[in-house]
Amino acid sequence: MTSIALEHFLFLGAIIFIIGILGIFLNKKNVIIILMSIELILLSVNINLISFSVYLGDISGQIFAMFTLTVAAAEAAIGLAILVVFFRNLGSIEVQQINKLRG
Amino acid sequence: MIIYTLSFYLFSSVAVLSALMVISAKNPVHSVLFLILSFVNASGLFVLLGAEFLAMILIVVYVGAVAVLFLFVVMMLDINFVKLRKGFLQYLPFGALLGIVLMVELGILFLTKNFSQMSLVEYSQFPEIQSTENTKLLGAVLYTKYFFLFQLSGLILLVAMIGSITLTLRQRGKSKKQIVSNQNNVDSGQAIVNKKIKLGDGL
Repeated sequence: MTSIALEHFLFLGAIIFIIGILGIFLNKKNVIIILMSIELILLSVNINLISFSVYLGDISGQIFAMFTLTVAAAEAAIGLAILVVFFRNLGSIEVQQINKLRG
Repeated sequence: MIIYTLSFYLFSSVAVLSALMVISAKNPVHSVLFLILSFVNASGLFVLLGAEFLAMILIVVYVGAVAVLFLFVVMMLDINFVKLRKGFLQYLPFGALLGIVLMVELGILFLTKNFSQMSLVEYSQFPEIQSTENTKLLGAVLYTKYFFLFQLSGLILLVAMIGSITLTLRQRGKSKKQIVSNQNNVDSGQAIVNKKIKLGDGL
């Protein structure tokens, strides 16, 4: 069907996944970048799901990619809401101080 | 075929480079913009794969909603980003080591198992993926076989909406509101009262 093998897409997904993990490691203080890294990780999961779905000829993978997309959108909304509350209470978004949110 | 290969490498290299810029850009606004670029290129890859509906959904949901939400929060909060970047290089060796180990492991996994020769079509429940158009097929499966999961994902979105509203809602204590019932109940006879005050005394 295509001239590109499945492994190419899998490697692309793996590279984006690792960039996402690296982003969490490097930007340990900035919660916004950590949330964006989580979005990148979920994108790589979507790439894997869709490429397997196409190469194996099964539509279920694309449906699960859609559910992943839904969960990612909900996660971004909740995460950013927590971030706004955190900033309002402490005046900064450093992850090291996030245990102050404990009740 | 050559165009397919070229566009695969174009989309994937831009996606990877912009993902790298997301985690290394100094300004978080630039990070969000590179995240948008990365998602647009990923949706180009989905079009190449033949998953057109998901490519369009990715544009609408991520670029249209999530990335704009990120941009909104980044611009709304007054954050000292220079202070937050301290320690970026401190964790770089460990993070790079971890990334290389993970990449090598995944590479070994992908190269030893020959996915191209694999034939999993007998496992697939809906093998008619080539015969009809993508959106029609997705709808035919989503609203029948995965109907309850579909409803459940709607519930997840509802919970996320209610959760983010209740998290960010706050009552302002000292706001001066107009209370209409109090204004209507004012007795005109008591609104102005004449008082005799002696000279030199206070009220």
